[in-house]
Amino acid sequence: MKFAKITLAATALALTSWTAHAIDISGAGATFPYPIYAKWADAYKKETGNGLNYQSIGSGGGIKQIKAKTVTFGATDAPLTGKDLDESGLVQFPMVMGSVTPVINIEGVKPGELVLDGPTLANIYLGQIKSWDDAAIAKLNPNVKLPKQAIVPVRRSDGSGTTYNFAYYLAEVSPEWKAKVGVNTALQWPVGIGAKGNEGVAGNVAQTKGSIGYVEYAYAKENKMIFTKMINKAGKAVAPGSDTVQSAAANADWNSQPGFGVILANQPGDKSWPMAAATWILMYKKPEKPAESAEALKFFAWAYSKGDAMAASLDYVPMPQNVVNDIQKMWQAEIKGADGKPLYSPTN
Amino acid sequence: MDSGERDVSEVVLKGSTVTATEAASRSAVLKRLRVTDKIFHGLTRTAALLVLALLSGVILSLVYGAAPALGTFGFGFLFDESWNPVTERFGALAPIYGTLITSAIAMLIAVPVGLLIAFFLTELCPPVLRRPIGIAIELLAGIPSIIYGIWGLFVFAPFMQQYVQPFFIDTFANVPLLSTLFAGPPYGIGMFTAGLILAIMVLPFVTSISRDVFDAVPPVLKEAAYGVGCTTWEVFRYVVLPFTRVGVIGGFMLGLGRALGETMAVTFVIGNAHHVSASLFAPGTTISASIANEFTEAVGDLYTSSLIALGLILFFITFVVLAIARYMLMRLQMRAG
Repeated sequence: MKFAKITLAATALALTSWTAHAIDISGAGATFPYPIYAKWADAYKKETGNGLNYQSIGSGGGIKQIKAKTVTFGATDAPLTGKDLDESGLVQFPMVMGSVTPVINIEGVKPGELVLDGPTLANIYLGQIKSWDDAAIAKLNPNVKLPKQAIVPVRRSDGSGTTYNFAYYLAEVSPEWKAKVGVNTALQWPVGIGAKGNEGVAGNVAQTKGSIGYVEYAYAKENKMIFTKMINKAGKAVAPGSDTVQSAAANADWNSQPGFGVILANQPGDKSWPMAAATWILMYKKPEKPAESAEALKFFAWAYSKGDAMAASLDYVPMPQNVVNDIQKMWQAEIKGADGKPLYSPTN
Repeated sequence: MDSGERDVSEVVLKGSTVTATEAASRSAVLKRLRVTDKIFHGLTRTAALLVLALLSGVILSLVYGAAPALGTFGFGFLFDESWNPVTERFGALAPIYGTLITSAIAMLIAVPVGLLIAFFLTELCPPVLRRPIGIAIELLAGIPSIIYGIWGLFVFAPFMQQYVQPFFIDTFANVPLLSTLFAGPPYGIGMFTAGLILAIMVLPFVTSISRDVFDAVPPVLKEAAYGVGCTTWEVFRYVVLPFTRVGVIGGFMLGLGRALGETMAVTFVIGNAHHVSASLFAPGTTISASIANEFTEAVGDLYTSSLIALGLILFFITFVVLAIARYMLMRLQMRAG
């Protein structure tokens, strides 16, 4: 009896001291948004005292963890389907955007000098365009001196949301890609060499003459890699960057897919970058630990309203305000505690 | 307490002066010692059995994890080249092929070079050089494999792409068999480069074991051979090698075991492509590289299970190689003993 009392007292003490302190929000998933989530978490902790523990274990891992209910939220670069969301009782919303950009290593070619279009990019990765002086590339680049050199396509060897977005775009513009390869976080690649992570692809492209790879734009920019321009859906050559991603986001119809699961590939608009990409958060509609989910929502709301400058400093692109409004309406309508009341309200 | 508990030596030493109380305390001490010994015996046995339990646990969990993939694909899993996460069709042929080919290249290079180094060190090397070369070989074994990987990607692969591979491709362009073996384009990384890196990593194993067994050759044999007019080559070929054959094979097997399982360095330079290609310059993959690359991000039960099945296959291959090595070394010891 005495033992039971002591345990009870200790538990109560632990609980009170815990709630009095701070709730640590736990999340796991995509590696792509990890730098900005970490930066936001740091600033948020300074402002509110509440910490965020985010493990960047990859999108696949994030989906597994949230389904196993070991974390408050999961994060993924490849959105779940409406059916999957319904079956598992999850909601999904985009948090921040970036873009995928092709990077190349050709002697004498400077960043932004080479222009490619979707079908050409697809044919390079299908192994049908084998040399840099191929007519398809030469036609797009009359002013660039292209060497007679074998193209070495470099791609991710691990499963990745970057690959998902890249393949999604290629499938949009190339029926052959759609039929032969398809879209997923990992693929059966017809040609090329695989490397692990953005850094692996970047390293291989830097080391291999005549290579082409695809990485996150932030990664290409920080490492001063030689990116290419792309011809977008409107037929204009655009360079990767926050303005062209914003254009793609503004032109996208976010409510067309369940869970805002719109892939920003090949969006209309003269200035739209064809491989813009969002990254999503997954949470339970009726979480087992409502207090933690409420804290997580507070954090996300804070990030939407105050995190834009931090995101831009790391070359991420903030979500458009009208989309954020829709997301927060969805929170109020969908995410509820055990008592049926919404866990988020815009006032607190 | 019965005096029958007493030790014989005690009785002899103390003779008839042993009193009943002394005997009782002694037997108590002896009993305590026996109990301690029993506990110690039990502990050692538990520790040893723990290894067996761990091993069977690993095997069981591998089989359990691999069951969905093996159940779906059956024996065809071993002979299917496709590795398609989109359609969820997986086969182990490309990783198995890559594992065997890279290991074969590594052994083809490391064994002759290793034997030459070992013979030089034991027979021909001036004593001044013997220690530095020996230490260098051991240091080579101590370099972490990730360092080999980074060096392979950043230094070795560009060198291969710009000089070695174009040379091979041009030279053998019109030679029937070799032109397929060394077909372009030169990517720099690929199975050949991976094999070369593995050769460097395996070299210390082959060298140090061969050196040890060469040292064990009785000098009288070699002196006799030299005495009847044998050249150094003849001594190496007809005296040293036949005498140490089994030991050398044991070293070979240990090196092969390392080459088969090596992960990090290979992942960096093999190209990680699930293709079976006749050209050694083409990118490929190995079992351990596939697992290291894909396991964390494998989505879906069948994908994960296929990777575990790859692990099971590697476990089986390495187990067989190590068993052969053990057997060879055992035969060597029996002959020496």
